[in-house]
Amino acid sequence: MTESTAPRRILAGPFNRVEGDLEIRLDIEGDAVRAAYVNSPLFRGFERILEGKDPRDALTIVPRICGICSVSQSVAAARALGAAAGISPPINGERVTSLLHAVENMADHLTHFYLFFMADFARQAYSGWAWHGEISRLFQAKTGVAVRQAVDARAQLLTIMGLLAGKWPHTLSIQPGGVTKAPDARDRVRCLAIMRAFRHWLEANLVGASLESFIALNSREALEAWSRGHIGLFLRISEDLDLGRLGPGAPRFMSYGAYEVAGTHLFKAGLNFDGMPGILDTRRIVEDLSHSWMLGETSHPFDGSTIPDEAMRDEAYSWCKAPRYDGRTVEVGAFARQLIDGHPLAPALLHDGCANVRARVVGRALELALSVVACEGWIKDIEVASDFISPAQIPDFAQVTGLCEAARGSLGHWLTIRDGRIAGYQIVAPTTWNFSPRDGQGVPGALEAALVGARVTDGEQTPLSVQHIVRSFDPCMVCTVH
Amino acid sequence: MRKKTVLWLQSGGCGGCTMSLLCAQTPNLFSVLDDFGLEMLWHPSLSEESSDEVIGLLEDICAGRRKLDILCFEGSVMRGPNNTGRFHMLAGTGRPMIDWLRDLAPLAEHVVAVGTCAAFGGITSAGANITDACGLQYEGYQPGGALGDAFRAGAGLPVINVAGCPTHPNWVLETFMMLADESLRAEDLDPLRRPRFYADHLVHHGCSRNEYYEFKASAMHLSELGCMMENLGCVGTQAHGDCNTRAWNGEGSCTRGGYPCINCTAPEFEEPNRVFTQTPKIGNIPIGLPTDMPKAWFIALASLSKAATPRRLRVNATSHRLIEAPSVKDSPLK
Repeated sequence: MTESTAPRRILAGPFNRVEGDLEIRLDIEGDAVRAAYVNSPLFRGFERILEGKDPRDALTIVPRICGICSVSQSVAAARALGAAAGISPPINGERVTSLLHAVENMADHLTHFYLFFMADFARQAYSGWAWHGEISRLFQAKTGVAVRQAVDARAQLLTIMGLLAGKWPHTLSIQPGGVTKAPDARDRVRCLAIMRAFRHWLEANLVGASLESFIALNSREALEAWSRGHIGLFLRISEDLDLGRLGPGAPRFMSYGAYEVAGTHLFKAGLNFDGMPGILDTRRIVEDLSHSWMLGETSHPFDGSTIPDEAMRDEAYSWCKAPRYDGRTVEVGAFARQLIDGHPLAPALLHDGCANVRARVVGRALELALSVVACEGWIKDIEVASDFISPAQIPDFAQVTGLCEAARGSLGHWLTIRDGRIAGYQIVAPTTWNFSPRDGQGVPGALEAALVGARVTDGEQTPLSVQHIVRSFDPCMVCTVH
Repeated sequence: MRKKTVLWLQSGGCGGCTMSLLCAQTPNLFSVLDDFGLEMLWHPSLSEESSDEVIGLLEDICAGRRKLDILCFEGSVMRGPNNTGRFHMLAGTGRPMIDWLRDLAPLAEHVVAVGTCAAFGGITSAGANITDACGLQYEGYQPGGALGDAFRAGAGLPVINVAGCPTHPNWVLETFMMLADESLRAEDLDPLRRPRFYADHLVHHGCSRNEYYEFKASAMHLSELGCMMENLGCVGTQAHGDCNTRAWNGEGSCTRGGYPCINCTAPEFEEPNRVFTQTPKIGNIPIGLPTDMPKAWFIALASLSKAATPRRLRVNATSHRLIEAPSVKDSPLK
């Protein structure tokens, strides 16, 4: 056995260009990863902070779980409190809530592609490829032309938050009964102008054509023939590096449904297990604590607790709990949403029934395009003379759930109110699903499974294949453990 | 001229101050770095370097092989459990972040606490604070924190507290600009060591609801147009920040967005001992009075202005949109 093929162990971290801190232990044998152990190394304890508080205070506290999924956290809390009060927002309140939420999710998808993900292809290790010069010019970390333009486009898009939600992140405008600012005629047309400018930016840069023509892609062949825009560059790299097979996750997908207006989600809720569509039932969700530094039993979030194991016992290796649906791991995110919603391109991107690096990246680009079209519709439909918020009276006792889809996937809040105070607040975030540690059966989480078999080149300290796979999930570590 | 170096670390926070920083416009973050001679050695969201490449950089700084001018720290410092700091071990290093902080901070010319978590403990230290989170040099209002009250960075200043939850992007960038051209002095920091250029303003200054405030025409519920001080917990008349004169994400601010100022630039804002969106009162008088205002005068003026509230303001204050517009005069204004 040569030195390069002797089994070895790598501790990868700090893993940057993800939100928050991340460490991955890799067991490597020969030229591939044999096993991966994902550690979320930061514990803050938001669920404990919330206990004992007035339920209304959740709306101030939960957005601060995460600076990148802040509105998603607000939406989940507002839904839970709305369920407790037995109300939902008037339709125009739903339109504005959906708009605010979609703007955050679009900003996150943009940040992922331009700042977090593409920079890795500008690394020196790829200097032999024909595309390396162009990719470096566009995507080199900090200096790339496209990186810098994307930051400006993102800032402009987020001025919608300034107009309608006061600021971003950490707005208090999203409430159980709707939103705290009734837009006037002028807000409406300005939002339309900002959204149209964002459309132009995406069309000129990301897809190099009309958003509608990208949305219309419906087969693997049509996608592979797409050479325009930055996504075309990515697809070329994807072909050269075989990213359509890299990082297969679990062949099971979940979505809680995104952007609800008048009882209908823009991207529908549901499951897709081994190619079979299924109906979501959140009673089948549990969190397993066997390999996390948490004390307690496997339980449904309504019965769950968050008691950190201060001894940090040896059998465990992460602060992250291990959520399971029907005892199984699932993958969540933009790709899962598009698969479950039925976009024809999504199933064409599966490889052996699993998502992969290419599928996840294309899923986000597709969703960016679809979301712009939806936002333009919501803005146009805003009726400025109507109601945007209904009064909410939070009862002294309730046990309720608040679900939504963050950029990175399914986010759920499970809230118990007793004697007018928060008696229990359990949060299961998208990356909690994707980056969970092993469960009591020893079954690895979605990312842990996706990393098995990743190729390792001689002398690589943090294998590039591993970096692509990890970042393809767009992990948010601060949400993961919270 | 040698570029000044910046290292940015994140710990017990949400990353929102970085996300907010990326919202800076004219100039944006990159322009400020380029044009003020600043080199970002490493930032977790922006840099190419991962894992061993980062650890090598940290070791170089610790060994004096690399000069560190500005250390930015975002998020609370995690001291728990039991003072080990193990609630945040910096990934890949097997060392608590608090140990890295204590090694790096004395080597920097300036240390900047970015956000209220890093400055004072912030939201992460709320409730029972089971993680024993604190700020770099404060624990709430109590001086000390992770580095101790006596700490001074290389250039002689204590930790600069760019507090806010999140920070306005330009609070961070203007601090950078002043550090880059060496114009930020000790007297430019307020008693809580926040840069005076934004902390010497009150959120009330420039509040678009000020006519309602003047006449004590109050909103009863969120989203109504009136002043939010009397009923909805707004402390903009006491909170330090220029949020309503420089605006957020283009044209926004909390009060313009229809919800109260919660004093997020201050220590212990996270535990107001009341509901965030409800004003505590004794009788009909809010407990928290506008900064520097004598209580007797406030009560006298408030009752007088309430009696004098024009109908237009009274009607609009409890409405979600303008019901009655200001009247238009039929002769030139005098």
